[in-house]
Amino acid sequence: MAKKVSVDDKLGYNVFHTDESYAHIEIDKDYKNEEEIRKVVLACPAGLYKYENGEVTFSHEGCLECGTCRVVSGGKVVKSWNHPYGGAGVTYMQG
Amino acid sequence: MSEEKFDAIVVGGGLAGLTAAYCLAQAEMEVLLIERGDFCGSKNVTGGRIYTHSMEKLMPGFAKEAPLERKITKERIALMTETGALNIEYASGKDDDDSTASYSVLRSKFDKWFAEKAEEAGVMMVPGIRVDECLIEDGKVVGINAGGEEMYADVVILADGVNSLLSQQLGLKKELEPHQVAVGCKEVIQLDEEVINQRFNVKNGEGTAVLVAGDPTLGNIGGGFLYTNKDSISIGIVATCSDIGRVDVSIPDMLERFKNHPSVEPLITGGVPLEYSAHLVPEGGFNMIPEKLYADGVLICGDAAAFVVNLGYAVRGMDFAVESGRLAAEAVIKAKEAGDFSARTLSLYQQLVEDSFIYTDMKQYRNFPKLLERHEIFNDVPEIADMIMDKLFRVDGRKPVSLPMFAVDEIAKRTTAQKLLDLVMVALDAL
Repeated sequence: MAKKVSVDDKLGYNVFHTDESYAHIEIDKDYKNEEEIRKVVLACPAGLYKYENGEVTFSHEGCLECGTCRVVSGGKVVKSWNHPYGGAGVTYMQG
Repeated sequence: MSEEKFDAIVVGGGLAGLTAAYCLAQAEMEVLLIERGDFCGSKNVTGGRIYTHSMEKLMPGFAKEAPLERKITKERIALMTETGALNIEYASGKDDDDSTASYSVLRSKFDKWFAEKAEEAGVMMVPGIRVDECLIEDGKVVGINAGGEEMYADVVILADGVNSLLSQQLGLKKELEPHQVAVGCKEVIQLDEEVINQRFNVKNGEGTAVLVAGDPTLGNIGGGFLYTNKDSISIGIVATCSDIGRVDVSIPDMLERFKNHPSVEPLITGGVPLEYSAHLVPEGGFNMIPEKLYADGVLICGDAAAFVVNLGYAVRGMDFAVESGRLAAEAVIKAKEAGDFSARTLSLYQQLVEDSFIYTDMKQYRNFPKLLERHEIFNDVPEIADMIMDKLFRVDGRKPVSLPMFAVDEIAKRTTAQKLLDLVMVALDAL
């Protein structure tokens, strides 16, 4: 079996214009239901949701803007979801 | 910005939006297209393959100059277990013209090209702007607001994709539900054109489409896909959102699992990864289409209207997107002639869609999503196929088993006659 490539390495292939001043996705950091958190952690293609020491964390840097977390969480972990401002975020060169 | 009022504002520079804008400009209407990405295509992802009949109708001969990758001449479907793979490959051998052909495609390149065509036709392009909301006056959509900047038009065409927050705000569409959408996760891997030709036994300009059920998603509803581009390979997995969490493997790990499958790894080995992308796919089919595709001063098309059909062996959305954009433009041109952009006049769009292949095809397969909700297809079928194939081809000097008996036995272990009959009924209903 060939080696597994980490998500972080894969995000490195992409062109991003990260908007440091605006998080287009906001999560409920106090959310505690482990089963719901687990789903979002497994779902994010960019691996941006982490569950450590009983806390869910998220960074919008590297977001592929798919919307999966919003749909999977049904408003439970993800408090608000929007597209990044124009020109910000991922710029796909292949697509 | 000035108080200038456009005939139409199109939100979203994907295939639906570009087509609508292109058609309106050709009819000499003043049309503004607003795209949130740096350029049209920069936020767009496909598996992907485009069936070209609707593009060909829009722009005859387009395939000669458009950045399409390879004409698909080989269809491969595969059932996979952890190590096994049963592949079926079909080639019609016929030379399809562009009214029946399909091509592998990379959307960033294709949409960028299409946007240039639209601009040449007279569309005013505004990339790099996010539309925050539609402006409403007296219950009618009259324009858009983008970061405080207001722009007005007789009609707004929403082609803002699967995550169409704008049509949700207007109440034209409900929030997506997990069973209605799948997440697609893809890598584009560069390989020499000649290497691809050899690995897939295809000529220059011709290519293979591979769709896989079973192991890539560990039996979750969904599957793997692989498309040969000119000098790269698009490889990915698609997984229905309601199934996420069913197994303890993440979406990105499913893609790694697929890439490392013994039957897949040799196809991509030595390649250079170029990009990693993800996108939602509306998969709810006919029943997911919004009840009304229009309201006063506004229309909705493409993925935003959920015009996608997933049959497992074929996934279509782009040909629908192009057609819906064309029909939206047709309705807007009529509304302009009548000088009336009310819901009543714009309802012509709904009529045109209902009379088009979009509706006919989506209606035909309206029960297909029900079939694809059956986990047996993604678990038991690939496993039983693998066991039968293994028995069929393994020679080890032991007493051979009767294959039909073995097959019946394996099926009986997993299901009851009633359940099997039920699955057959669902399948018949779907087809």
